[in-house]
Amino acid sequence: MRNPLAEKVVEIKPSGIRKFFDIVSEMKDAISLGVGEPDFDTPWHIREEGIYSLERGRTFYTSNAGLKELRQEVCNYMRRSQGIDYDPLKEVLITVGGSEAIDIGLRAMINPGEEVLIPQPSYVSYEPCAILAGAKPVIINLKAENQFRLTARELEEAITDRTKILILPFPNNPTGAIMEKEDLEAIAEVILRHDIFVMSDEIYAELTYKDKHVSIASLPGMRERTILINGFSKAYAMTGWRLGYACGPENILQQMTKIHQFAIMCAPTTSQYAAVDALKNGDEDVAQMRTAYNQRRRYLMNAFREMGLECFEPFGAFYVFPCIKEFGMTSDEFATRFLEEEKVAVVPGTAFGDCGEGYLRISYAYSLENLKVAIGRLEAFVTRLRSSR
Amino acid sequence: MRDELLAIIEKNSRMDLKDLAVILGVEEIDVVNELAALEAEGIVCGYHTMINWEKTNIDKVTALIEVRVTPQRGQGFDSIAERIYKYPEVRSVYLISGGYDLMVILEGKTLREVSSFVSDKLSTLETVLSTATHFILKKYKDHGTVFTRKKEDEREMITP
Repeated sequence: MRNPLAEKVVEIKPSGIRKFFDIVSEMKDAISLGVGEPDFDTPWHIREEGIYSLERGRTFYTSNAGLKELRQEVCNYMRRSQGIDYDPLKEVLITVGGSEAIDIGLRAMINPGEEVLIPQPSYVSYEPCAILAGAKPVIINLKAENQFRLTARELEEAITDRTKILILPFPNNPTGAIMEKEDLEAIAEVILRHDIFVMSDEIYAELTYKDKHVSIASLPGMRERTILINGFSKAYAMTGWRLGYACGPENILQQMTKIHQFAIMCAPTTSQYAAVDALKNGDEDVAQMRTAYNQRRRYLMNAFREMGLECFEPFGAFYVFPCIKEFGMTSDEFATRFLEEEKVAVVPGTAFGDCGEGYLRISYAYSLENLKVAIGRLEAFVTRLRSSR
Repeated sequence: MRDELLAIIEKNSRMDLKDLAVILGVEEIDVVNELAALEAEGIVCGYHTMINWEKTNIDKVTALIEVRVTPQRGQGFDSIAERIYKYPEVRSVYLISGGYDLMVILEGKTLREVSSFVSDKLSTLETVLSTATHFILKKYKDHGTVFTRKKEDEREMITP
């Protein structure tokens, strides 16, 4: 029989997280700091809207681009949070999670062999999606000394004649790094000069703990060359609803909508009705969750300081990214031994790119009580490692 | 800091001062001073414990009593409310808008104890026009805490 598989798919490395997941699932009583989703339930009023929509029999497809009312609410949100105006009829697409928007955005824009710049450490799907879209992924290794922000210089050095898109994953999973307005202005200048495009994944936009998040699309000249991706998963604790969106210039969004129309049809209808309520009435919920995350973030940073574990202070998402280089182990070894010896699951930094070596992703999407138990174990582990040397 | 501190201790008054300072991003002495100020200003009035008595062997009966009263000249409802809240078995007294005036929450050991309080003490007060007593059969949620279920973390152990 002929080989049924596509080479380009087979060649994609399986996610580093997957490998670790298999080890963890063998372990019965392990506790985890390894998840990338909120611990909160979706606020009840949002869930209730989903339930009502089912009760009313709203079980049909919506228009391909998504409910008009939802697209309008997305535009209202973009106006009030970023001061950017999008046309709800032509410049917004409701997707199945932010992930779909990443995939179809790249597919809509890439010609074979064009280069996509991917700063790492970052979310696991940019590189595979770029490859599947026929692009050549070009990795930019972000540095701890820059607090894992992307600098104009790093960007400049990675750009070639074939560079088409820069993926901008901030606030960042796994590092928790943010890009502030000055940082964005510095790279926007490079982007404009080289005439490249930006896919800005702002799924954690609502979870920042310094100033409010600034989108690169709000800078002069950037709106027309940026696909802004956001969604409901992180801000409203709606991961399982699978709902995200993309905003951007009409010419790109229309092509994305074409792919979406053929591949997906439309995002889940129930989720779309719930999401309308999230955007209309969810600000207070988001504020409360943000406050809780921030308390946990401070707790972890203090705990690291006390145990002498090096960690830059992250101001976004719900991750911290401590450095474990002092122990002379790889991230993988450290995470595996920590799991075996203390039964706590964390994710090796290498799951998010080779330059994550020497770091761990620790999620604080857990209650303070759970964090305390896990951090107690981390301290015991670290103390043991240090005394055995 | 005040609003955030209040929100935390309303849920968990046992968190130690060091942890409070850490999660609020302030010094421990600031927390101590703020708590002292909140107590002095009568904003923090106590540090109570949520107990689900239904799970203990101790019998307790709780009743909500709607009370209609005649307000008194010059004192409105305050003096009658005070008459009622002075009884130690009375847990709460609220002045209510709508079909009646005071809502009294009463706790006793037995049904008989509660009903005799209502008939002997409450309804015999001159200003009390009428009462309607509702016994609480089950507490699902109290002070924002759900009593009926403990939620498990159903998330996958590791997700990207």
